[in-house]
Amino acid sequence: MTAGEKGLVVEGLCKRYGDHTAVDGVSFVLPPGGSLAIVGESGSGKTTTVRMLVGLERADGGTVRLDGHDRSARPRGREERLARARAVQMVFQDPYLSLDPRITVRGCLDEVLRLHTALDAAGRAARVADLLDRVGLGAREADALPRGLSGGQRQRVAIARALAVEPRVLVLDEAVAALDVSIQAQILDLLREIRREAGIGYLFVTHDLAVVRHVADDVLVLRSGTVVESGPVDRVLGSPEHPYTRLLLSSVPRRGWDPAEVTGRG
Amino acid sequence: MNHSTPPPSARPSAPPPVLEIDGLELRLPAGRAARPILDGVSLTVRAGETVGLVGESGSGKSVACRSVLGLLPKGSLTAGQVRVNGADVLTMDRARLAALRAREVAMVFQDPRASVNPLRRVGDFLTEGLRASGTPAAEATARAGELLAAVGIRDPRGALRRHPHQFSGGMLQRVVIAAALAAEPALLVADEPTTALDVTTQAEVISILARLRAERGTGMLFVTHDLELASAICDRVYVMYAGRIVETRSTGELFDRPRHPYTAGLLACTPRIEAGAPAPRPIPGRPVSLAEAPPGCAFAARCAHAVARCTEETPALARHGEGLAACHRADEGIQL
Repeated sequence: MTAGEKGLVVEGLCKRYGDHTAVDGVSFVLPPGGSLAIVGESGSGKTTTVRMLVGLERADGGTVRLDGHDRSARPRGREERLARARAVQMVFQDPYLSLDPRITVRGCLDEVLRLHTALDAAGRAARVADLLDRVGLGAREADALPRGLSGGQRQRVAIARALAVEPRVLVLDEAVAALDVSIQAQILDLLREIRREAGIGYLFVTHDLAVVRHVADDVLVLRSGTVVESGPVDRVLGSPEHPYTRLLLSSVPRRGWDPAEVTGRG
Repeated sequence: MNHSTPPPSARPSAPPPVLEIDGLELRLPAGRAARPILDGVSLTVRAGETVGLVGESGSGKSVACRSVLGLLPKGSLTAGQVRVNGADVLTMDRARLAALRAREVAMVFQDPRASVNPLRRVGDFLTEGLRASGTPAAEATARAGELLAAVGIRDPRGALRRHPHQFSGGMLQRVVIAAALAAEPALLVADEPTTALDVTTQAEVISILARLRAERGTGMLFVTHDLELASAICDRVYVMYAGRIVETRSTGELFDRPRHPYTAGLLACTPRIEAGAPAPRPIPGRPVSLAEAPPGCAFAARCAHAVARCTEETPALARHGEGLAACHRADEGIQL
């Protein structure tokens, strides 16, 4: 425990698969209530990095501390494991795969509360109703199975489930990538509102630089497992220093865009 | 290959249309959908033109573009025509359809791994069509090598001997594009061809498609949900909602002055990367599912400009400015 330290502090995180180094010395700080985007293309190590933060992968090196508590070592017992799970929650890309198809929305949220809180049945029911209201879902959706919901509604359920344990940090791994653009804007709005009210820190994993502009304070550009550039969003998107960041930015389609210039083909 | 005569209204300098979808209506058998999947869809692609078809899920954009190859949902009932070089695809027999797919229209789908046989070598995949149409094997192989070189694959000879799993997604999509071009089609239909690719790879693939269009005069129907991408590469754009075309005009006009509230809403909710760009503004509600058949304008329930008439009377697609829009209030000038 490092006294007085606040936020999520990641230092020298490494992960190897055989000969391949997927994540190679990644360090960053997410202040409490801050919003950091991790951008990169496939194979950049962005997903592996956040999977280590939530404990889905074991790091081969480096440390992760949240509010001074070390999360890198194996947890001592069930209590500590649950406490760690509560502190950092994750929302995945595919709302079709991240929910159990046989459990209703109400049941899904209730299960999380039973595992992590001491609330009785009535207390849990009230909290489920609160959570659903918070993400803009009603009683009809509460009794529905995931297959009865649209993609946007399922992603709202995934967010409600993550919020149920009052996390300090929410990891959003391409959480809006699979949604229609009109629905994506709704979810981005919801996330902005939640962050303002609850002061949860966001770690946005995304390939979409236009989304980064609107959701993050800071951005980290990953390539082949290493950080090539990081800094405030306006600085990195406005005057990128690394050639790879410049390549990424010039690859984003927009009006008047000439892909031949990006790729150097005439 | 062109058997059509240009409509009298067309300017004499306009190249002939390679694709004309004319009043296409497509329904599923009773009980499977409450509304037609496509409802009076008309669109035109001329030689050398890139035409965008944009919309959200359930808008019918993929069904519309697949109809160009005669790929229709099972048991569906159609009305209207889909003419490629003047010949109606919907009335073609099997042999004629096979010829159409082999020589006149090529299609590139979103997921390249779903379009190639994983057990066969890339060379077999590329030369299959050529050999089927009578090209000798050695000549077909040489041609396949040239095609791979044209889409920027290094060591094309070696690539011909490899299997699909030995290629990355971006490289395999180039292979699929090479195969699509093998027969020098007049029309290329691309259904979200770069959606699954990384952004730098997307730029490379789009650059290849743009160059091929310029060199060969291929007409392209480009289906995408990505408005920024459509704005970057298309000459004209059609916007679909709930099975209908709700607006179409030249790309510059559409993005500067949309006349349909749905188009304006789509533009406002698309995150833009420029500094100081306004935050994406959501459209309330969600796209209309196939189980719903709202009366009047399908977008009325989500539209901030809707009036009583909008839920009673379906607006026709009519001329507003230099393009078409299907909105009762299109003339009033929408400020979103």
